[in-house]
Amino acid sequence: MNRDDTDKKPFLDRLWDFFASVRLAIVLFALIAVSSIIGTVIEQNAPAEKNIIVLKRLVGDSLAPAFYRILEAAGFMDMYRSWWFVTLLMLFAINLIVCSLERLPRILRLMREPIRPLDSDKRNFPIKKVLRVKGSPEELREEVLKVVKAIGVKAENSPLKDGGYQLYGQSGNWSRLGVYITHLSILIIMIGAVIGIFFGFKGFLNLPEGYTSDVAYARDGTPHPLGFSVRCDDFEVEFYGMSEMPKDYKSWLTVIKNGREVMRKVIEVNEPLKYGGYTFYQSSYGMVPNARGIFILKLTGPGMKTETVFKRLGETFQIPGTNIIGYIKDYSPALAFDRNGNPYTYTDMMNNPAVYVEFKEGDKIKYAGWILKRFPRTWTLPDGNRVEFVDYWGVQYTGLQVRKDPGVWVVYLGCIIMAIGLYVAFFMSHKRVWVFVTRDGKESAITLLATANKNRGALERKIEASLKRLQRGR
Amino acid sequence: MNSSFFFGISTVGYILAMVFYIAYLVFRSRQVGVVATAVTVTSFISQTIAFFLRWGEFYQMHHKLGLNISIFRPPITNLYESLVFFVWCLILGYLIIEFKYKNRAFGAFVTPVSAMVLAFIEMTGMSKEIQPLVPALQSNWLLAHVITSFISYAMFGLAFATSLMYLIKKTETKTEPAYIFWSVSLGLIIVLILAMGLDYLRFNVVATSSETMKKFLFKATFRSNSPLIVVLSWIGSAFVIFLVWLYGPVLKRIINAFNISDNMLDDITYRMIAIGFPVFTLGGLIFGAIWADQAWGVYWSWDPKETWSLITWFVYAFFLHARLMRGWKGKKVAVVAVVGFVAVAFTYLGVNLLLSGLHSYGALE
Ligand code: HEM
Repeated sequence: MNRDDTDKKPFLDRLWDFFASVRLAIVLFALIAVSSIIGTVIEQNAPAEKNIIVLKRLVGDSLAPAFYRILEAAGFMDMYRSWWFVTLLMLFAINLIVCSLERLPRILRLMREPIRPLDSDKRNFPIKKVLRVKGSPEELREEVLKVVKAIGVKAENSPLKDGGYQLYGQSGNWSRLGVYITHLSILIIMIGAVIGIFFGFKGFLNLPEGYTSDVAYARDGTPHPLGFSVRCDDFEVEFYGMSEMPKDYKSWLTVIKNGREVMRKVIEVNEPLKYGGYTFYQSSYGMVPNARGIFILKLTGPGMKTETVFKRLGETFQIPGTNIIGYIKDYSPALAFDRNGNPYTYTDMMNNPAVYVEFKEGDKIKYAGWILKRFPRTWTLPDGNRVEFVDYWGVQYTGLQVRKDPGVWVVYLGCIIMAIGLYVAFFMSHKRVWVFVTRDGKESAITLLATANKNRGALERKIEASLKRLQRGR
Repeated sequence: MNSSFFFGISTVGYILAMVFYIAYLVFRSRQVGVVATAVTVTSFISQTIAFFLRWGEFYQMHHKLGLNISIFRPPITNLYESLVFFVWCLILGYLIIEFKYKNRAFGAFVTPVSAMVLAFIEMTGMSKEIQPLVPALQSNWLLAHVITSFISYAMFGLAFATSLMYLIKKTETKTEPAYIFWSVSLGLIIVLILAMGLDYLRFNVVATSSETMKKFLFKATFRSNSPLIVVLSWIGSAFVIFLVWLYGPVLKRIINAFNISDNMLDDITYRMIAIGFPVFTLGGLIFGAIWADQAWGVYWSWDPKETWSLITWFVYAFFLHARLMRGWKGKKVAVVAVVGFVAVAFTYLGVNLLLSGLHSYGALE
């Protein structure tokens, strides 16, 4: 078609052709890729100063503020939500739909078309093998059938004159749909994402130990009612042995609806809580500023008498079955000792909690020392009594990601379809084979013609192997 | 004998193999070629042994620490282990091609990529220790994600080697854009290797984390405190690229001496991408999204690592579609295959080293 024809077409047809072209797809691939690169260089949704520093490094101090203003006006600071990026994605979707609709009818016709015998074996095909074998065509029929079957094709028969015949067949004709299944899956994933954007919720909830909340917070801090309440009963970080390497983060959560506890669950990083369409993920943690927590201590006196006490800093407790009074004098969230044996706190996170307890019997100080939660050796006192440091409770908060995304199942469905589509598109092919067998004196002439729309080399090797087997068998 | 012993053998072996393959390319002696293949196969076997030994060590360490991980969890958790796994996949893919196409000439392009990665490991001195899994990594989806990603990276790496060879063979004059493209790309790779080598010689640091790596990368050259060295580095780089541009025809003559047809190179490039693309889609994008969904509650958050994976995906989608269009045959699509691998390398290393991502193996660390 030349330019003049194009110009004569009505506007709508031209618009259709525009969206049906693979060239537009190529342009869109490039535009989306390049703008995404910019989006990764500029930190998204970051404070302005941060990106100005980045720009200063790239374009120099004097130009950076002007650059920043231009980029900000163009939406690059929250690019993936900007009108033009969303427009690019929409164009991409339209391109995909129109392009597939344009080609689908032809492909469907091609797919449903039954294979017909060829009029002559003199045709040129991408794969063409000619050989002569002893025996009449009829004697060879079984073996030729085997060759065709080895290619994975169901054979049909069409007799030729002089006792010859033509065997032919096709397989995998529906594999031509693979590309369209793949394209459809992309649209399904996009639909899933849009459902998530319009009907979902993405937020967070920082919940201190012992607290209850009936809202979560959106990114900008606005509260979002959940319709039920969540309570954090406890939060713990577990470490690998005595190392500082965290092994697990755990939150003990309780869901309360209409005043009743309806669910309890211990969540971990890959193990969220799901309730009422919302999912709560363990995502971070921290210390509540200025909180005064409760020390949970399990005391064991003579004769294995045990008792669990809940005390605050500065309070006292009594070892059961004795007159010994413990006084909680000091606390450290992360205790370590320097080279001279002096204690110090190495981080303000609760990495290695310890309490300093002074024990008195009457007025006399019997002993005093640090009791560490992670070191059971320090729980046994010189006189054989034990003070187990169970927890320092009420000072940490658990950081939860709260999400509701009714579109996620659509996205997953799209992913499954995409996997199927890609498999079909790349690993299956439409194969067609025709074999002519004709009498030639005492021998038979075999001509094999074949095509495949993908991976022709593999088909050719298979054909060569099975023909060799046939020849050797004679 | 522990895993590092066998890893050591394989590292030395791959570097030797590179020398033999290049010697084979230059002298065209069959014996040298056979030796090159033998050395590669031996190193590959040694690396495989090392991998399984490390697997056992990894499993035992977790049991000692009281975490019952599955025996089916391979030790692919940090930058070092994943790069080594990449080399393993690359060599496996290469050996399959060598036996299938009965042509050794690709070896001279593939083994340098492996040697480069291993040298990168040594030069940056990244930590080789077995590390226990932090919580975010204790997921089977992540495991599937990492393994399939690296298989696809290896396929893309092979496509990169063949497309580069294709470009070298098919360009006629020093002024045509495709010639300038490949000579500058190859020149840049050489400059990067030299710069990292200088870092290593200058500081000889053992970087234990990507933080320290970030601090020392290019500190001996482009990011030096002395402005003179910075200027000299840029001039030196331009000079190296100029040399590659000037002597490119020598490379072409060497490759031409082997009967690798253009069509074969083009065919291998397409096939590697035709395997790599679906594997990358499933493993790199879909498994990654599922993992993110389970660990953080968002399957897609446009963070730099994810975005770069998507960019890589788009470049290869570009490649596949460009091939379907008339007029986009040969050199043009080969350029796209080279650009695709640059995107792969940036996704894996650039994002961690150059862009500050929150994604570098879990934000909880
Ligand atoms: C990132 C999104 C896309 C992916 C992953 C994708 C995937 C694919 C795949 C895997 C193939 C088969 C390629 C081959 O056999 O080498 C293909 C073919 C094709 N794609 Fe796409 N595609 C995408 C977007 C698009 C768009 C936007 C268009 C719109 C024009 C399009 C048009 C086509 C056409 C016309 C074919 C050839 C079909 C045929 O051979 O009959 N694709 N696509």
